[in-house]
Amino acid sequence: MKIPYYPGCTLKTTARNMEISAIESAKILGIEMIELPRWNCCGVVASLTSDDLISHLAPVRNLMRVEEMNEEGLVENEYRMLTLCSMCFNTLRRSNLRMAENPEDLISINDVMYLEKGYDGKTEVIHFFELLDSIGFDKIEEKVKKPLTGLKIAPYYGCMLLRPKEVGIDSPEDPTIIQRFISSIGAEPVPWEAKTICCGSYHTVSNKDIVIKLAYEIITNARKHGAEAIITSCPLCAFNLDDRQKEVREKYLNFEPMPVLYFSQLLALALGLEGETLGLEQNYIDPKPLLKEKGHL
Amino acid sequence: MTDKIKKIRLTDRNVKFLEKVEEISGESITLCDQCGTCSAGCPFVEEMDITPSQLMREVLLGQEEVLRARTTWICASCFTCTVRCPRMLDVSKVAEALRQIGLRQAIDEIDINIIDREEYRKMPTIALVSAYRKLTG
Amino acid sequence: MKVGVYLCQCGGNISNVVDLDAVEKYMDNGDDIVVIKQSSHMCSGAGQKLITDDIAAQKLDRVVIASCSPQFHEKTFRAALQKAGLNPYLLEIANFREHCSWAHKDKPEDATQKSIDLLNAAIAKARLDYPLEETKMKLGNEVLVIGAGIAGIQAALDLADTGQKVYLVERLPTIGGNMAILTKTFPTEDCASCILSPKMAAAQAHPNITLITDAEIEHILGHRLHFEAIIKVNPRYVKPEIDMDECIGCALCEEACPVETPNYWEQGIVNRKAIYIPAPHAIPYKYLIDPETCLNLNGGSCNACVDVCPQKAMDFDQRPETIKVEVDSIVVATGFDIYDATEKHVFGYGKFENVVNGLEMERIVDHIMEKDPPRQVGKRVAFVQCVGSRDEQIGREYCSRVCCMYSVKLASLLKQAKPGTDIYIFYTDLRAFGKGFEEYYKRAQKMGIKFIRGKPAHFTEDPDTKKVTVLVEDTLSREIIESEFDLVVLAVGLGPNRHSEKVADDLKLARSEDGFLKEAHPKYRPVDTLVEGVFLAGVAQGPKDIPDTVAQASAAAAKVIVALAQKEFSLDPMLAFVHPELCDGCEKCLGVCPVDAIVMNDDDKAGIKETLCIGCGACISSCPTGAIDLNGYTNEQLFAEVEAALKSKKPGERRAIVFGDSGSTYRLADTVGVRKMKYATDSRVLMVPSGCRVTPKLILFALSKGADAVLIGDSPVKGNRFEWAWDFTSANVESAKAKAAEAGIEGERIFSIEFSAGDLAKFIETMNDLSDKMARLEPIPDDKKSSLFDLKR
Ligand SMILES: Cc1cc2nc3c(=O)[nH]c(=O)nc-3n(C[C@H](O)[C@H](O)[C@H](O)COP(=O)(O)OP(=O)(O)OC[C@H]3O[C@@H](n4cnc5c(N)ncnc54)[C@H](O)[C@@H]3O)c2cc1C
Ligand code: SF4
Ligand code: SF4
Ligand code: SF4
Ligand code: SF4
Repeated sequence: MKIPYYPGCTLKTTARNMEISAIESAKILGIEMIELPRWNCCGVVASLTSDDLISHLAPVRNLMRVEEMNEEGLVENEYRMLTLCSMCFNTLRRSNLRMAENPEDLISINDVMYLEKGYDGKTEVIHFFELLDSIGFDKIEEKVKKPLTGLKIAPYYGCMLLRPKEVGIDSPEDPTIIQRFISSIGAEPVPWEAKTICCGSYHTVSNKDIVIKLAYEIITNARKHGAEAIITSCPLCAFNLDDRQKEVREKYLNFEPMPVLYFSQLLALALGLEGETLGLEQNYIDPKPLLKEKGHL
Repeated sequence: MTDKIKKIRLTDRNVKFLEKVEEISGESITLCDQCGTCSAGCPFVEEMDITPSQLMREVLLGQEEVLRARTTWICASCFTCTVRCPRMLDVSKVAEALRQIGLRQAIDEIDINIIDREEYRKMPTIALVSAYRKLTG
Repeated sequence: MKVGVYLCQCGGNISNVVDLDAVEKYMDNGDDIVVIKQSSHMCSGAGQKLITDDIAAQKLDRVVIASCSPQFHEKTFRAALQKAGLNPYLLEIANFREHCSWAHKDKPEDATQKSIDLLNAAIAKARLDYPLEETKMKLGNEVLVIGAGIAGIQAALDLADTGQKVYLVERLPTIGGNMAILTKTFPTEDCASCILSPKMAAAQAHPNITLITDAEIEHILGHRLHFEAIIKVNPRYVKPEIDMDECIGCALCEEACPVETPNYWEQGIVNRKAIYIPAPHAIPYKYLIDPETCLNLNGGSCNACVDVCPQKAMDFDQRPETIKVEVDSIVVATGFDIYDATEKHVFGYGKFENVVNGLEMERIVDHIMEKDPPRQVGKRVAFVQCVGSRDEQIGREYCSRVCCMYSVKLASLLKQAKPGTDIYIFYTDLRAFGKGFEEYYKRAQKMGIKFIRGKPAHFTEDPDTKKVTVLVEDTLSREIIESEFDLVVLAVGLGPNRHSEKVADDLKLARSEDGFLKEAHPKYRPVDTLVEGVFLAGVAQGPKDIPDTVAQASAAAAKVIVALAQKEFSLDPMLAFVHPELCDGCEKCLGVCPVDAIVMNDDDKAGIKETLCIGCGACISSCPTGAIDLNGYTNEQLFAEVEAALKSKKPGERRAIVFGDSGSTYRLADTVGVRKMKYATDSRVLMVPSGCRVTPKLILFALSKGADAVLIGDSPVKGNRFEWAWDFTSANVESAKAKAAEAGIEGERIFSIEFSAGDLAKFIETMNDLSDKMARLEPIPDDKKSSLFDLKR
């Protein structure tokens, strides 16, 4: 099966390891992720005011590319647009929803893009987790070569996969999808409270103390519930929870670091992939000792 | 608890400000029940100078100082309150509208030149772009 | 045939605008019209005398009156006909006042023209009138009360005391409802079971009450002071008293039974056995076996209870029984379910052991007061208000009205029993509106219970101590409170009992926005429903406390008594009937009738049950052979009316035929007239019982006879008892459009719209838009008109 895939800028830079491990895992699951030709910025952070139509131009252009891919035969009657980065997912799906609910807005945007064919509203933005869910976690389980038994993982959802409700992939207060994913690869999901708490987001740029405090609280909560690692699908969460542990350690002396991985890295590992595909070198807190200790590397 | 009590005068100007924020945010701020759900659940509340529910109140009262409230800039649009508000209000949209009122006058909240070079290099692209999107005009 | 036509001047209200002399001159002047008279007030004694005298002297057999809307004086004029010995249904009224002189005051000529059209339509219809007889139905005194909470019990007792025969049906194995679970009651703190038990016992002992517990309503049929209910009674697996070997209540079985399961009447705070008596005050007070948990009934070999029972009273072979009751009236008292707080994940209910709901707290406090509590509450207790109420995130906008006070009550009782407890009540608004409530609230404040204004948003449980940390903003001081509690009580709201659904659907009861059953009028008919003979009592109609519940229950009983006091009632004869010679037994109509009033007779012809038919006319378009028709609105009559209303149309003029349902649209047009509001003069509103009475053929016929557009106005879908009617109306409109399209006629000429009785502006706008639209469209050319419809009826 071929599916249009929207990467977004960060997946080509700091989150390269998420992209590679996801693409290769998908292949094993029989899915070919076809990168959108001429994709552009997703828009980053859904614009929240009612008079900001221009901010929707970028996301809508990407949505339009999926229709083009179908017309050009790059994919066959496949209007789902696959995303990996939670933030891109959220921005694109929110824009898509706004266009669906306000056809006049779409007309204005299409007017601005008068040199192109215009967006028809056919595209459906989905996240990789939803794709896995639609395949069925029991089917994923069947494909697993190396179940990650004994590994206790805290599923971290953050904000962008769940909120607001109308774009969320699961219940905003009690999501289970990542938990089900973790079980499917043979690891053990730990229940914890901080799974939906914001990591501090872009405050990491100019107000990093906020992020350090939140990262400390989130990781400590995971630790309290017995987690050995945290997984996420957001490059910004990953940075705030993983790389910022440097500062967390400086500030909180009793703090014990914890590896933070992209979900796709563990998926790839469980599906039997190895070496560079896993991209484990790119993680700040080295997850290899833990994985070795559990006999998975 | 150090500030002295100030008197507020309710004038047309206050109403205009409320209406402007309502228009940009698309939220009916007068619907706010002041239940405090948003404040108690906000992961950033301890970084704020006024609580999110108070932000709603100040806008209702047409207090333009709220444009400079730390809360306006701290709200990170995490939408925790959005999914909980019993009146289906979206404080994140109100905060965004307040930020936009400032930013549209070309007053940036952050100066990108002071970001540490080293940090700059390792930071994910979306962190930078989203900070610019939220905090600069 | 001799028709008398009377034109009412209405003291100038009509004649100052409508030129009645011109009407006389230009109206249908058929030979059969033997009398045309004007009178200043037709409704007055003198006016009526004109009619009665003429009937006697001239042997009139049809009467047509041009006056105010039929909603005002139709009854008066019918009575006059009857007095003169003429069948009252040989009368037609042309609406000169509301639809003509008042609505088009500024355009007297148009008003006059419209009057002539309406009069001609009325005359044409009158010619086809035939005598109708009102069937007299005998009323008995049997009443079904559904739900035996305090509402059902109170209604049943009042009814029984006044001599009605009551079937009191309860789904659970004991009567008493939610009140049977409560500890003391606010604001007086009298003990719930002490005040409820005597009533429960009285209901059981009353010779006029048949108590049917552990029973489900399977089906109810009927809608007008005559109902049939099929009731399934579940087995108790313990033999009833009539047996020699009945249960003597020795309790040996209960001791012997090995099964432990949470007791519902204890809200799971205390367990019970599989063989049990629900509560100490249960009625009936007899053992029963719960089939869900009994080992024997689930294929096991356990026989422990039988072994010890001196009477061998168990009977595992009992099966559900089905009984049928026929009653004249129904009281629906199905009460409520509390909100299921597991749906609000943030509160941790169902996950954290020290988060309980209000009903559980009733039991906990009750046991604490009895001094042998199965569970303690600890030192610090928090109440959280408005859980599952006033929360649009879960679609519950309304206030549940009792939870503020029950929290105040539970807190006060706890504080009295355990003065050392620190109690906090977190609220958004504290509602203490009832008699004695404010004083009760103040007493709680005085006891040291702390009321904090803010809704908690985040709960966490300490994995070791199981204490619960609550995060809340004190919205008055704007401080964020993060504090640990031994117990958190969620003041859950009230929602309609989920077991009321079947009953409500079968009886076609409307629901309000909040999901509770809807009263006929929020102010004047608060216990009635739109279904004649069905009344509401208690929380089934909306959240309320016990005093209000009891008051409403007694009111419902009184209303039943009033309805039954008629002893006899007459059925409106405007019902469907079948031409047996045309019916070929295809049964298509059966599925269409919303109230199941059509049955197949032994001769394989359809027949109408008069007591069930509501005269909506939905069935008529379903019959392929045209075998079904409606008294008072026959096909022939409607065709004749339409044709007559269009007869005066001159080239260049435009006309719309508007079919207005009698319940809403027609009255709306009246109200617009009463308010003297103006709208375009080119429409003619004809009354139909419901929009779905208008068949596609009738629509096309109107177009073929010169109508430029046809509009069907019907009551709004939401909250309308004829909700389903819309499906038929829309289907008929679509089918007419398709046929019109074949003939090359624009679909936009045919449409339907929902109007509620208060949609004044919408009505005016619609009529004006319609007029503009007709002006824009070219007239339908004659060839298209004739191809539209072969003019045979
Ligand atoms: C925690 C709590 C505390 C309260 N405390 C107080 C108080 O202190 N003072 C006060 O005034 N009020 C109090 N109330 C309110 C009080 O409980 C209600 O006013 C009262 O119980 C309403 O009675 P009801 O008969 O209308 O409904 P219910 O008590 O709900 O009775 C309805 C009955 O109908 C039955 N039923 C439902 N559907 C069917 C069906 N299809 N067929 C057959 N039977 C059916 C149900 O099983 C039930 O027995 C409290 C409520 C709660 C939740
Ligand atoms: S949660 Fe909603 S209603 Fe409550 S204070 Fe915040 S904005 Fe107002
Ligand atoms: S959206 Fe803003 S105010 Fe609301 S919880 Fe998140 S940070 Fe707080
Ligand atoms: S047969 Fe059923 S009721 Fe009797 S003792 Fe066994 S489990 Fe209990
Ligand atoms: S009665 Fe009080 S607790 Fe209950 S919904 Fe109304 S305000 Fe909330």
